[in-house]
Amino acid sequence: MSKVLVVTSGKGGVGKTTTTAALGAALAQRGDKVVVVDFDVGLRNLDLVMGAERRVVFDLINVVQGVAKLPQALIKDKRLENLWLLPASQTRDKDALTEEGVGKVIADLRSRFDWVICDSPAGIERGASMAMRFADEAVIVTNPEVSSVRDSDRIIGMLDSKTVRAEKGERVEKHILITRYDPSRAARGEMLTIDDILEILATPLLGIIPESQDVLKASNVGTPVTLSNADGAPARAYMDAAKRLCGENVTMHVPAERRGLMDRLLRRRAA
Amino acid sequence: MEAAAKVQRQMVRLRGRSYVAFVFVPTVPIQDWLQEIDATIARSPGFFAGRPVVIDLSSVDLSQAGIGHLLTSLQDRNIRVLGIEGVDEGRLTPMMPPLLSGGRSCVVEPNAPKKPEAKVEAKPTSLLLEAPVRSGQTVIFPEGDVTILGSVGSGAEVVAGGSIHIYGALRGRAMAGVNGHTSARIYCQKIEAELLAIDGFYQTADDIDAALRGKPAQAWLQGNTMRITALN
Repeated sequence: MSKVLVVTSGKGGVGKTTTTAALGAALAQRGDKVVVVDFDVGLRNLDLVMGAERRVVFDLINVVQGVAKLPQALIKDKRLENLWLLPASQTRDKDALTEEGVGKVIADLRSRFDWVICDSPAGIERGASMAMRFADEAVIVTNPEVSSVRDSDRIIGMLDSKTVRAEKGERVEKHILITRYDPSRAARGEMLTIDDILEILATPLLGIIPESQDVLKASNVGTPVTLSNADGAPARAYMDAAKRLCGENVTMHVPAERRGLMDRLLRRRAA
Repeated sequence: MEAAAKVQRQMVRLRGRSYVAFVFVPTVPIQDWLQEIDATIARSPGFFAGRPVVIDLSSVDLSQAGIGHLLTSLQDRNIRVLGIEGVDEGRLTPMMPPLLSGGRSCVVEPNAPKKPEAKVEAKPTSLLLEAPVRSGQTVIFPEGDVTILGSVGSGAEVVAGGSIHIYGALRGRAMAGVNGHTSARIYCQKIEAELLAIDGFYQTADDIDAALRGKPAQAWLQGNTMRITALN
């Protein structure tokens, strides 16, 4: 039984692409057959984060328009047997996405993979609405700040009204994934708390990814963070999120500030 | 001079037209027959209203007085008799309806009281939403009250002709009484609104007393000023 999962947020820069790559890799590591699809036509990034940018020949738009066959455009990951990428076109724009074409591609991918993970572009326009259009489930990536939370709220409203499932009177299962959670800033009250976010969004929590240098490093070397540093806190948080997506019951850890004695004694260098 | 004023004869124009009349055939005893008529009227008032009625007396043998009595009895029931059939002309007085003959029977369409026309759906006067109103969504219901089981997100808008009831946090905008309904109110369990308006009078988040933030509150109009107070 295959599932179409959209990773979306409304706001840009919150970690959709990183999350798509990390969840895709995590699910593939568990043994599922996964394809990650880049919907950010014109501003593609997922190929870079997946480290496949040098192997792109055909892309999503070519397949949508019937120029290329789906197997020609799919790029197999070098590290994981079960992980594939369908890249976006960098030279076109989002108007090239037609609902009919996207629907056909998604249906085709459904028949080949266990998970079809769609990396939505930022915004609420055509690219984002096409990415969520055929989704069964959605991961809404949110940073603990008001602008991100409000945009997520907006996206949830769209998921509840503009998807095929919503129009059929069914539900798109929605999950909140909080990224860039900084325990020290949270402790100082500089960020929205997890409770605040969940209260505003009234949607179940899938996981909390702590702010970490690991994430940035992983993106720069083109490796999903769950592969680059599997023992790091972000990787473990993504692995847990993937388990929850598969229906496993995993206790939620709110990242806490961990400071050693010396850190506390020597908190900050004086000017 | 015989050519003088030769009055031109004006033709009297006669036109024929036929109408369908109810034919009453009274039977003896007349009293029982009248009760039958009463029962019909009771079942469907207006059954005979505006219908021409002819009485056929061929099956009864009534004297002139008897006919007169029958006619007044019908008149009492608001049934006006157009003509009489099946009786010797000698029994009628000039004041009675004229004697008719040559009537042909035809099918009478029962003038049953018209069925209430395909029930006009009574327009609902309130709207119930069982899900949160998300950022960017607008709910507009000029016909009456809006009740929301859930929160109204920042950047969402609820517009109602009547009052607005929010069983959750109000973080967006609520505009009540948009059609000049000054007694409309806004209720919410947690007030963090961006804007509240009743009949065009509004307050933004800045105007709302900071002490009320996050508390259950209601807003209403007192003259031209909006009052917002805690609900407890």
